[in-house]
Amino acid sequence: MSKPLASDQANSIVEVENLNMFYGETQALHDIDLSIPEREVTAFIGPSGCGKSTLLRCFNRLNDLIESARIEGSVRVSGRDIYAPDCDVIDLRRRVGMVFQKSNPFPKSIYENVAYGLRIAGENRRRVLDEAVEKSLKAAALWDEVKDRLKDNALSLSGGQQQRLCIARTLAVEPEVVLMDEPCSALDPIATARVEETITELKSDYTIIVVTHNLQQAARISTYTAFYYLGSLIEFSQTEDMFTNPRNKQTEDYVTGRFG
Amino acid sequence: MESNKSTVMKFWRRGDPFIWLTGGALALCLAMIAGLVGIIVYNGAGVFWPQDLTLLRLKDGPPVMGKLMDRQPIPGAVGHYRVQLKVGNRDAYGQDFRWVDEDAIAERERPAEAVVFERVEWGDTHGFIAALYEEERLLAKGEGVWEALQGVMDQVGELGDRIHTLERGELDKLNRAIDDLRLQERRLQREQNDAQLTALEVRRQALWDEHEALSGSLDELRAQQERWEVEVALAGGETRRVAVAAIVRAYRPNLMGFWAKVQTYLSKGWEFVAGEPRESNTEGGIFPALFGTVMMVMLMSLAAVPFGVLAALYLREYARQGILVRLVRIAVNNLAGVPSIVFGMFGLGFFVYGIGGSIDQLFYADALPTPTFGTGGILWASLTLALLTVPVVIVATEESLAAVPREMREGALALGATKFQMIWSVVLPSALPGILTGVILATARGAGEVAPLMITGVVKLAPDLPLDAFAPFFHLERKFMHLGFHIYDVGFQSPNVEAARPMVYTTALLLLTIVLLLNLTAIVVRNKLRRKYATAAF
Repeated sequence: MSKPLASDQANSIVEVENLNMFYGETQALHDIDLSIPEREVTAFIGPSGCGKSTLLRCFNRLNDLIESARIEGSVRVSGRDIYAPDCDVIDLRRRVGMVFQKSNPFPKSIYENVAYGLRIAGENRRRVLDEAVEKSLKAAALWDEVKDRLKDNALSLSGGQQQRLCIARTLAVEPEVVLMDEPCSALDPIATARVEETITELKSDYTIIVVTHNLQQAARISTYTAFYYLGSLIEFSQTEDMFTNPRNKQTEDYVTGRFG
Repeated sequence: MESNKSTVMKFWRRGDPFIWLTGGALALCLAMIAGLVGIIVYNGAGVFWPQDLTLLRLKDGPPVMGKLMDRQPIPGAVGHYRVQLKVGNRDAYGQDFRWVDEDAIAERERPAEAVVFERVEWGDTHGFIAALYEEERLLAKGEGVWEALQGVMDQVGELGDRIHTLERGELDKLNRAIDDLRLQERRLQREQNDAQLTALEVRRQALWDEHEALSGSLDELRAQQERWEVEVALAGGETRRVAVAAIVRAYRPNLMGFWAKVQTYLSKGWEFVAGEPRESNTEGGIFPALFGTVMMVMLMSLAAVPFGVLAALYLREYARQGILVRLVRIAVNNLAGVPSIVFGMFGLGFFVYGIGGSIDQLFYADALPTPTFGTGGILWASLTLALLTVPVVIVATEESLAAVPREMREGALALGATKFQMIWSVVLPSALPGILTGVILATARGAGEVAPLMITGVVKLAPDLPLDAFAPFFHLERKFMHLGFHIYDVGFQSPNVEAARPMVYTTALLLLTIVLLLNLTAIVVRNKLRRKYATAAF
């Protein structure tokens, strides 16, 4: 197993060092070392159960919710160790947003969904909220479709629109990193294309980490790709290299569709 | 043969018998419910309809007059029938009902002039107006006596209103003041404060004088009211005097058209809903019971819902899920199945004697040994029922909290929400329809419960409502009336069960209507919320 190549990019925003993660007695992640470059799209690929979602959820400490979860090693976001005792989880989650596999709008209006993150942070000025809602919806390419019905229930939107709403909701708090956990797995091809378009447009302003099962998707949208297998990081390199010239046998088998 | 067998096999395998079984079970359930509601509506809805009076001339003996109630074959005599007549005039005949063999009837008539008098006491009188007297002076007789009676009844009614206002207003106030004074006096005596005691004596004398004057004017009004008497000729020809003041309503059913009957029907129905009971609850209205029931249900919900929801929130959201929480959950589930009378016993021991007794010791010591809170009352009854319904609320709330998708919770947390913000702004709104369903179930159970109330505050008659115009407005220590208990009381405890039977059905009908209305309101609210917080994913 060759040592995964660290990014040659100078600015890395998420740095993982010697990360081991356990669910009770079971080890889910083994010795992960990884530097994720700023303002790029990084894709996490690998077969089901390889730990890519688990790793993603380490970045905003959502694994804290699972009582048996235990972590060793360090994860730094913008240079700060997020597992340090003095780290404010609430603040961390504002800096590291997340879009989930299944779209999960709140049972509120479209407007309130997008404004939610700001409201819970104590922002209640109408003008600020209005601006943020419009800006985020535009960034998520949803504004034109919903601008006349912001007061409608978010659950009245279609699946693809709901997912873009969740993206807008995440962008509204202006995070540094956006984590996306298989954001298109429940969407039809047209909706998937819209979301991919959105991700590509966001690249210039945000660092995006996408977990995906869809190799074509990873090839289309990401600049860097990391391949995981059985809880270990096998290979991390530029997407083009990985798909055309994988350095590892396992990676090659996976990207050519021989297993997985 | 072969194909025949396979057809039978197919029939079984397709599950046709199962469809018939399930459908049949549903049909049976519906039929039983329809039967229950049907019987109550059939017997209850027609009670206030002014029925015609029938005069039966008998072959032997004097004629009888009354409302035809029933017709039955005579036991042991095939082809022969007897009819049941509500003859009224309990004071004259000693009974309300009479069976007459049809063979003994010579003639049936519907005399146009027959009058039904509903009276304050002794039930109805059926007969003909012979004459109207004012202080033994003949006022009217024969032609025009009905119209004269109407005029007199209006006058008497006005006097009655005045008496009622005085009794309920000033007399009530005076009685309260005197009672307050009595308590003050007892306290001063205990403190041996002689100077203030003499001052008190002066005030009390003033109050008593006022009381005397008021009683005097009340007596005068009553005497005025009792000046008029109507002479009624009964079917058998004998006459009786009835004080006009004792007449609640008089009508001539055989002369009334359909709309006039509808009018009387509505007026009697209104009296039933809005009036106070008479004749040991077998006549008049049931307003205090109606009011008591609704108020008790509201107090109960007010106590049960917040506690139940909060407890469920802690159990589901905050408590560490372990063996202890599992035990608590099992205990709560079992609590929902404890017989209600056990809760009643607990309510009596804990709320009434325990808490109520202590409150009396601390705050109402002057009134002792007469208990204030240390006896059954609407507050204790409501709290007992709240205890009974809280498990239902907890179980339902927990279930609907558990049904909120994990993605939704994580979505809120991932945006930087604290756990409290997540619960308050995302989880609770999503779970609200489910919580309301639990509340509806709990309320319906509480509204229909009688057993625990009987030992924690329900009484046969309590005309003083627990909510009135006198400070402090809510009198939560008061005993109250309840529709469920009223049904039991009127149906099985009243001295005249046969005459009271219609009231049992109408009261049951009203209780059903109220429970239905309460549920409907809750369901409408829930559906509104459900539309607002629709939780369907794609």
